Amino acid sequence: MIDSLNIAWKYIRFNKVKTATLVACITLISFLPMALELILDESEKQLMSRAVSTPLVIGAKGSALDLVMNTLYFDDEVPELITMESAHRVMDSKLAQPIPLYVRFQARRNPIVGTTLDYFDFRNLRIAEGRQLAILGDCVLGARVAESLGLRPGDSLVTSPETLFDLAGVYPLKMKVVGVLTKSHTSDDLSVFVDLKTAWVIQGLGHGHEDVTKLQDPTLVLKRSGKNVAATAKLYQHTEITEKNIDAFHFHGDLSQYPLTAVLAVPRDDKSGTILRGRYLKREQTRQVVRPADVIDGLLQNIFRIKNVLDAVISVVALATILAIILVFALSLRLRQREIQTIFKLGCRRATIVQLMAAEIFIIAIMSAVFCGALIWMVNQFSNDLVRMLFIR
Amino acid sequence: MSNASIRTHKKRNNIINPKKLRCQLSELPVLTLEAPKAEPLNPETTPMIAIQALEFCYPKGEFKLNIPDFQVSGGEKVAVIGPSGSGKTTLLNLIAGIMTPQNGTVSVDEAQVSTLGDRERRDFRITNIGFVFQDFELLDYLNVFDNVLHPYRITGALKLDKAVRDRAESLTQDMGIGDKLKRKPNDLSHGEKQRVAICRALLPQPRLILTDEATGNLDPDNKILILDLLFKAVSDYNATLVAVTHDHELLKHFDQIVNFQEFKNMAAV
Repeated sequence: MIDSLNIAWKYIRFNKVKTATLVACITLISFLPMALELILDESEKQLMSRAVSTPLVIGAKGSALDLVMNTLYFDDEVPELITMESAHRVMDSKLAQPIPLYVRFQARRNPIVGTTLDYFDFRNLRIAEGRQLAILGDCVLGARVAESLGLRPGDSLVTSPETLFDLAGVYPLKMKVVGVLTKSHTSDDLSVFVDLKTAWVIQGLGHGHEDVTKLQDPTLVLKRSGKNVAATAKLYQHTEITEKNIDAFHFHGDLSQYPLTAVLAVPRDDKSGTILRGRYLKREQTRQVVRPADVIDGLLQNIFRIKNVLDAVISVVALATILAIILVFALSLRLRQREIQTIFKLGCRRATIVQLMAAEIFIIAIMSAVFCGALIWMVNQFSNDLVRMLFIR
Repeated sequence: MSNASIRTHKKRNNIINPKKLRCQLSELPVLTLEAPKAEPLNPETTPMIAIQALEFCYPKGEFKLNIPDFQVSGGEKVAVIGPSGSGKTTLLNLIAGIMTPQNGTVSVDEAQVSTLGDRERRDFRITNIGFVFQDFELLDYLNVFDNVLHPYRITGALKLDKAVRDRAESLTQDMGIGDKLKRKPNDLSHGEKQRVAICRALLPQPRLILTDEATGNLDPDNKILILDLLFKAVSDYNATLVAVTHDHELLKHFDQIVNFQEFKNMAAV
């Protein structure tokens, strides 16, 4: 058998192109269904685990999927906005603990999650380095954001403008990195967390500038009426919150009308959850409450339907490939007829010829298995990112 | 189909005058229908090859070969000549047990090759017969050394050990291809390929060497060289050589000549 393997190996090495083609065919046709299965399993695991651990999400009426994807996985697609009042209502109902979320902005392609400290407790997120959010302008980084951007507490991170060419828009805010979270292997690892008020500052709803009542330059003043002073656009606004200028930052208007993308509602018990859900069933209600598990389950059902179609396609392609491989071996046998005849004439037994062919198939199968295994290992290593890339963002 | 026997020309001294030989060949009735004219088996000495009442035809019946009696003594060097398609290669294949006759017997070194089972016949061939094929039939994906060792790798009847490897090296050295062991057959000249094929045939130290136009397509110097190498092997291993050739210039070096010249006309259907 060793000699057969040796001869087969030499034949395979000599016919590199044929071997490479066969190995590639077998590898791909084995790899595709396995990789698909692996990615779908991982996606189911990732999507469901986070969905199941999030009891209720309150948001504007519209696409429940967009709402859940933005709230749970900080997807780019921003749902219709609700106001801070929605969180207050949940709080007032005493049925659940509200955790407001404002996920709209980005910093160097990473989502900025405006929330409260309750979120960290709810998701069981711990500070690995530095400290928790405390002052306006602070930010805490997810483990992989810190890793990929090479940031540590004490560094700073600038927000990305929503529209690059909006010259009259809000200036990017330079945030101070105060902490890095431990790895959680969820979307939290890829996010930048700020306090809700910092998120509103990023939007321009809160801002800091010099005291307009003391302005001397007339070009900076648009209108004065009693104590009220309207400044012109020339007025310099702070783009970084420091100890020196933090007192200059302020918010105009009613904070309860400030925007949110969603409110996570953590009911005290099942009954409270049911009652809370009932309150959002009215037609005239502009908000909706959804159970993320139901929404994600619906999404997965669709994915698995597509997977079934893909499975059928792959099965047909696999069958065609197997037939092509059989054809290649059959043609190879015909091409090697002279060689086989020579071996026969030398005195080789029929069983040895079979052994030689089997050794060749065995080596090709082993090579394909090794390549397939390596590819599967790679997919497995990056499955988390692949799932995010394919299904989340 | 008519019966035909092969008339053989025996010569006791090794040197034949070519002019005389040509004369003899033209004068002799090369093939006759009379079986009694064939040389009878010598009951006292066991011949290396003994063929009796052999009948062979291809499945489609396009060619038939009848050999009533034919024998070659051990240590003899026999040349088989004749036009293309007259059955020379078929005769070698029958002796080697590659083909089996419909009737009659083929014995090599007392073993009835034609009646052995398939597996035994193959084992007998690979251990006792060295066959140098017409077009070398080397495996292009193996290097020279692996080609020479190939018979040992495709059968359990031969054992590949260090002694065999050493002998292969020594043999290739003697054949003048010792420095080309790592080369593939496609990188060799005709003469070198032929030497590799001869090394492969000789490595198991066979009792019988069959060569099918081993000197075909070679230049005159190489022809003589290859023939010398084969004769040396015959003498070294005390083997018997049956060589199919088209080259009448070489016949003077053989002990016995089998002429298929007119046999084709009589035997072909």
